[in-house]
Amino acid sequence: MADEVILLDFWPSPFGMRVRIALTEKGIKYEYREEDLRNKSPTFLQMNPVHKKIPVLIHNDKPICESLIAVQYIDEIWNKKNPLLPSDPYQRSQARFWADYADKKIYDLGRKIWTSKGEEREGAKKEFIEVLKLFEEQLGDKVYFGGDNLGFVDIALVPFSTWFKALEIFGTLNVESECPKIISWANRCVQKESVSKSLPDQNKVFEFIADVKKKSGVE
Amino acid sequence: MGDEVILLNLWLSPYGMRVRIALEIKGIKYENREEDLSNKSPLLLQMNPVHKKIPVLIHNGKSICESLIAVEYIDDVWNDKSPLLPSDPYQRSQAKFWANYVDTKLYEIALRFWRTEGEEKEAAREEFLECLKLLEEQLGDKPYFGGNNLGFVDIALVPLFCYFYTLNLYGNFIKEEQYPRIISWAKRCTQNDNVSKSFPEEQKFKESISQTRTNLNKE
Repeated sequence: MADEVILLDFWPSPFGMRVRIALTEKGIKYEYREEDLRNKSPTFLQMNPVHKKIPVLIHNDKPICESLIAVQYIDEIWNKKNPLLPSDPYQRSQARFWADYADKKIYDLGRKIWTSKGEEREGAKKEFIEVLKLFEEQLGDKVYFGGDNLGFVDIALVPFSTWFKALEIFGTLNVESECPKIISWANRCVQKESVSKSLPDQNKVFEFIADVKKKSGVE
Repeated sequence: MGDEVILLNLWLSPYGMRVRIALEIKGIKYENREEDLSNKSPLLLQMNPVHKKIPVLIHNGKSICESLIAVEYIDDVWNDKSPLLPSDPYQRSQAKFWANYVDTKLYEIALRFWRTEGEEKEAAREEFLECLKLLEEQLGDKPYFGGNNLGFVDIALVPLFCYFYTLNLYGNFIKEEQYPRIISWAKRCTQNDNVSKSFPEEQKFKESISQTRTNLNKE
């Protein structure tokens, strides 16, 4: 029986991008469905009644919500090629730790940078750079966080590279000058088809963020 | 070679309790080391430099931080008995989803309920009870979220209920007739040896909580 895989998503969502990358890495055919978050479809509300958020991975009619849980599920089901998590339990726990760290920090700090001003913004910028520097340390001399291939942490983190232009323009935060290793890592990731196919153009994301800012009345 | 397992903990931490329950269920011998959070040990700072928080599980000199990541690690390594997560990938994703829900919603709301007064407290109470309804549905007729035995979601959730139980909040906070399944689940859990071994001594706990309350009121 063929697998039916659907992804309910929203094109600028970094969380959606994670699942797209994982599906593409594994060579899984899937149907991408754009959700209008201001007008949520009945299917969407039925598939994620708890959080009512995207992304939602639907595999043979069964929903899996929360991006990192979906990525882990994908890795477990389609386990014949391109492992996303290490096989060693300790390495696996470390990959989960750093993906969790990205989850706890990057989104909120990034949003704060382009929605706040003055001291609050400066504080958020400082913390953001500290977080990226920790990731740089973790990366070390490796090509990817996953080693020679894309792994769980790469997938968790790389979607946020689509925010760098917005961070620079709205937050006067030049990631390249502060964390050059992160930029070169992100560039390496984008060379991979699974990433380049899954990430929208940074300029489009920038315009989207500019629009959100305008609509929420933040200067 | 024997395993050396150390848990850096704080006796009344619900997060530490999760890891203790997992270790007890698996029958793992471990050393529980009490940390003074106002005077963090060099070992804690070395083993959890990122968050500087407890609990930290140290297995043969290697640290695993974040309670649910540690619980998953324990399940991965000591995989010959008492599985904490289901073997089926879909069931596993659902267990992770609900544990994540407990982590990101319930604990946060419970803290808000604890720390606020008046309208804010009332709002937190309402939110908490909404979450409980969902969990009541999830539990269904099973003795535990994990089925016949304690599983990942039970471990994530039960420390919070031990708090409620000890503080006799059930009567006012959670009415038995509205949440019969959750209440009987909580009673069942507290009677479970592995849970009661991991919970702080009742009198000491009550005294400490009332002291914290007094201190909070003084601020």
